[in-house]
Amino acid sequence: MNVTATLFGQLIVFTVLIWFIKQYLWEPVISTLEARKARVAEGLAAAEEGHKFEEQAQKQVEAELGEAKAQSAELIAQAQKRAAEIVDKAKADAASEADRIKTAAEAEIAMERSRATEELRSQVATLAVSGAEKILGKEIDGAAHAKALDELAAKI
Amino acid sequence: MSEGNAPAISSPVEYIQHHLQNGSIGGKPESLVDFSVFFWDIFAVTVILAGLLAFVSWKVGQNLDPDKPTGIQNVLESIVEFVNQQVQDIFPDADEWIGPLAITIFIMVILMNTMDIIPVDLFPSLVAGVASIFGADPHHVYFKLVPTTNLDTTFALALMVFILVMFYNIKSKGLLGYLKVFVTHPFSAEKTWVKIILAPANVMMTIIEELAKPISMGLRLFGNMFAGELLFLLIALLGVGWAMPGQIVLGSLWSIFHIMVIILQAYIFMLLTVIFLGLASQKAEDH
Repeated sequence: MNVTATLFGQLIVFTVLIWFIKQYLWEPVISTLEARKARVAEGLAAAEEGHKFEEQAQKQVEAELGEAKAQSAELIAQAQKRAAEIVDKAKADAASEADRIKTAAEAEIAMERSRATEELRSQVATLAVSGAEKILGKEIDGAAHAKALDELAAKI
Repeated sequence: MSEGNAPAISSPVEYIQHHLQNGSIGGKPESLVDFSVFFWDIFAVTVILAGLLAFVSWKVGQNLDPDKPTGIQNVLESIVEFVNQQVQDIFPDADEWIGPLAITIFIMVILMNTMDIIPVDLFPSLVAGVASIFGADPHHVYFKLVPTTNLDTTFALALMVFILVMFYNIKSKGLLGYLKVFVTHPFSAEKTWVKIILAPANVMMTIIEELAKPISMGLRLFGNMFAGELLFLLIALLGVGWAMPGQIVLGSLWSIFHIMVIILQAYIFMLLTVIFLGLASQKAEDH
């Protein structure tokens, strides 16, 4: 339990050791720790940013999806409307065509009928004359009886 | 080994005295302070431990892996982080030397204290055995293993802290500012004549306070470790005969308890160092 010259020896050892520790342990380790801390913080920030980005992308996807859906719905509605229009138009066209054909047919029939009538009329006169000739046994003068024949034909 | 110790156990006082004597150059110290004596044993142990620490530190410091710290790097990293945290908490505007100082004190005191766990007879007997090969009388070869059971070591640390406290005081307050602390502290007054009356008391008190810091630090560590060592020696007195189991049980229990003392004393020494230097670095007196 004495204080001796060893004190100075120990003092020198400790002083040198402190310098050594500072140079070769403390400073490298502290800078490594700092660097690691910085990198961890950086990584966390990057992760956060990535998360945000992902969220944003998700939102954008949703918005675009919604837009696309709306667009497609609109398109479908439009197409349906158009189809209905086309069907309606086709129906109308068909109806008018049918009308037209019917009218034409009717007109033709009427024409045909009147022509037949005319023909019949003209033949009736001849037939009536020849009939009458046979009945009477003598020739009927066409010109003398034209008036009566015409009247007859008009009656048919 | 048994030859060297068998007669000593039969006379406990001689055994303990033998173990408490340092291997020295210049004989036994004559007075409390005797600078003509040099204890080679504790100096050698300190140098070896310091060398070991320096080597491991250098090795780790050279091969720092920032991504995958392994093995001893983890240990040293966590110690550095722990000490750095303590320093930051106590002394936020510490300069670059406080951390290395604190960690060196912390690890070195732990290493030196840990020598206490090594069986008390192992190294003294080894050294005596080696010395007897070279023709020395093994009964007069002394070897103390634990540096911190010696006042030289603890006071060397305390003196270092004391010098640094003065240095930081002068650095932060200036030489005049530091001297002013002695005159105006701890009793302060408003009037000039009261100040003059209080000055001698203040000077006395502050000198005592400043000296008490390192002395109490040195004595605390020394006292704890010396008491621990003494208890190991007393347990060793049980010998290797019928009391052997008692020695093993008591020795184990005290070793386990002593581990706590080892770390606690190192922590206290480190903490006080940082606190004193933190106080010394305060710029102006604020009371």
